[in-house]
Amino acid sequence: MTDAATPKPAAPDRAAALAEAPVVLSVRDLEVQFRTEDGWLTAIDGLSYDLRRGETLGIVGESGSGKSVTNLAVMRLLPIPPARIPRGKILFHGQDLLELSPEAMRKIRGHKISMIFQDPMSSLNPFLRISKQLAEVLAIHQGITGSEAKARVIEMLARVGIPDAERRYDHYPHQFSGGMRQRVMIAMMLLNTPELLIADEPTTALDVTIQAQILDLLGDLQRQFEMAITLITHDLGVVAGMSDRVIVMYSGKVMESATADDLFALPSHPYTLGLLRSLPRLDQAGTGALYSIPGRPPDLNNRPPGCPFAPRCEFVRAECRTTMPPQVEVSPDHRVACFATDEVRELVATGRHLEVAR
Amino acid sequence: MSASASETAPLLRLRDLRMHFPIYEGVVFRREKAVVRAVDGVTLDIHAGETLGLVGESGCGKSTTGRAILRLYEPGVGRRSGEILYEGRDLQALGERELRPLRKDLQIIFQDPYASLNPRMTVGQIIGEPLRVHGLARGKEALDRVAELMELTGLSPQMVRRYPHEFSGGQRQRIGIARALAVSPRFIVCDEPISALDVSIQAQIMNLMEQLQARFDLTYLFIAHDLAAVRHISDRVAVMYLGKLVELADRDAIYQDPQHPYTRALLSAVPIPDPRIERKRQRILLEGDVPSPMRPPSGCRFHTRCPFVEKVCREVEPPLTTLEGGHQVACHVAAEGRLPPPPAGVVAAPPPPPVA
Repeated sequence: MTDAATPKPAAPDRAAALAEAPVVLSVRDLEVQFRTEDGWLTAIDGLSYDLRRGETLGIVGESGSGKSVTNLAVMRLLPIPPARIPRGKILFHGQDLLELSPEAMRKIRGHKISMIFQDPMSSLNPFLRISKQLAEVLAIHQGITGSEAKARVIEMLARVGIPDAERRYDHYPHQFSGGMRQRVMIAMMLLNTPELLIADEPTTALDVTIQAQILDLLGDLQRQFEMAITLITHDLGVVAGMSDRVIVMYSGKVMESATADDLFALPSHPYTLGLLRSLPRLDQAGTGALYSIPGRPPDLNNRPPGCPFAPRCEFVRAECRTTMPPQVEVSPDHRVACFATDEVRELVATGRHLEVAR
Repeated sequence: MSASASETAPLLRLRDLRMHFPIYEGVVFRREKAVVRAVDGVTLDIHAGETLGLVGESGCGKSTTGRAILRLYEPGVGRRSGEILYEGRDLQALGERELRPLRKDLQIIFQDPYASLNPRMTVGQIIGEPLRVHGLARGKEALDRVAELMELTGLSPQMVRRYPHEFSGGQRQRIGIARALAVSPRFIVCDEPISALDVSIQAQIMNLMEQLQARFDLTYLFIAHDLAAVRHISDRVAVMYLGKLVELADRDAIYQDPQHPYTRALLSAVPIPDPRIERKRQRILLEGDVPSPMRPPSGCRFHTRCPFVEKVCREVEPPLTTLEGGHQVACHVAAEGRLPPPPAGVVAAPPPPPVA
């Protein structure tokens, strides 16, 4: 049985609608540090972004880039200490989450803001039937219990595509496959119709055909409930298919941010360009060696001064090694932190980067 | 990669390879409760000098196939049947003593280089161990060979006394490759060698593997779930579903003209890093999950999820049939040429013309 995915609205229509939508989350100049034996390590340095109702923001980065820490901070799930947030604001409908009492934050977390993880078992209790775990969500946040709760849970399980939901209702998490468990977690998260969903590598542990089902489901649910989604992933293909806007992080800093169309059409930071060039493509018969970025990301306790990407960058200049380049707007809504961005953009615009690559 | 690989004699031939794992119950009266048919009748040839990509989703039997070829399962674990012909000799039939000299020809690289490297051994000891085990070199000669292997795989020989935890994931994978190369193998099973690595490191490792293949005339069985990486590195590609081969063809034939409904669904599900292309693509969404390999469906194992299922598919298992151009497919509908062309955008676009 096949079922072609619901066509997404055309890009310009969607972009226009989003520009009008209210801002749900606004992160302002956020810094997060961790205490270690070597002193304070900066995991995130000066992160700012806005997320509107119904919008998907993709956050891309490799291990150690800070992409997951960002969202633990938004959820107020960072262990403090050893973590601290020396500066910045996390505004949810204008209210700074960092100033809320733990009690007030608990009411928002899991209700207005929900999170799904790579491993569904990290949020499902293996010893409890899913019926109990899902009904509890309704009891805590909405005071719904008994037969009404059961009806709501079964309806939600069916809605996220769990066949035979009435029977599966009383199963334990281990009785579900990986893809079905991810659906159970999504159902649990949706029971409270959150305004903001944080999805941290939600499909990384899944096979591609199951990944396609889950991403399709998330897209449908977003359109239905107008959720804002933060999608954290290392998979640039998933980002391209799901995101309206993308932030590229490297070693705790934002290297580039743009609409998804602009970022993929005209990558303007050497790191973004390097990542895209080094990917083998399903739709292209590549020949010869792949382009590859030399070296590897710096350890957080051994970050070079200046731009953290400078030691691996083929566009590097003397000033890059001493000074972190400021964020510059290279076109409307497209920001880049790089002294050599004009050079990068010219290379891409003329298509010469493709000749070198393959 | 060698264009003429498919014309050379096969280095390795699998004939109806099966690997079944019984599940027992009861303590005193142990009895067989069920059998996991992890690999259930795989027949294919691997030619000298080629890279054969082996793809499929979790539980399809791709890794078990690789491990069964190398006889990595302890005797008594699982039931193996069929033939594994290496240069005409059946590896299945050999005793451990006769097998040992052949073991150095056949090596493996693992997905998680950390789990496969002994944390208490230095890098030099890890890479040098196969030399010692096979009696290939000792003393100064072994040290020189280790240094040479480290340089070949892009590691500084000065790091020879360091321990695995002091290396990054990419460097650890280089150590795993150096260890596999130590005994000058001819055939390497590469079991998800890049899937645990960061994106910017994956290209480095794939390039290294291709350089080494050209230099030492290596033959690879490249097992992976990343279909884009497999397209880049393979000469031919085999697709598995629930322990069976469903399709096998030249790399571009698989990606531009997939014949099996499962291969089409698989390819359509892989996201392409370009939003403008993604918006135009149509996915073939398969319903449900892969059935259990303990109770595979009757007839064609894909029939429970196949959009083109017919009566015969539920009853008769489709044989692997060779179509025009040597393209092999196990599908009743495709074998009779009745499979409709895929909807636009499912199959990846044809490659751009080569730059002159």
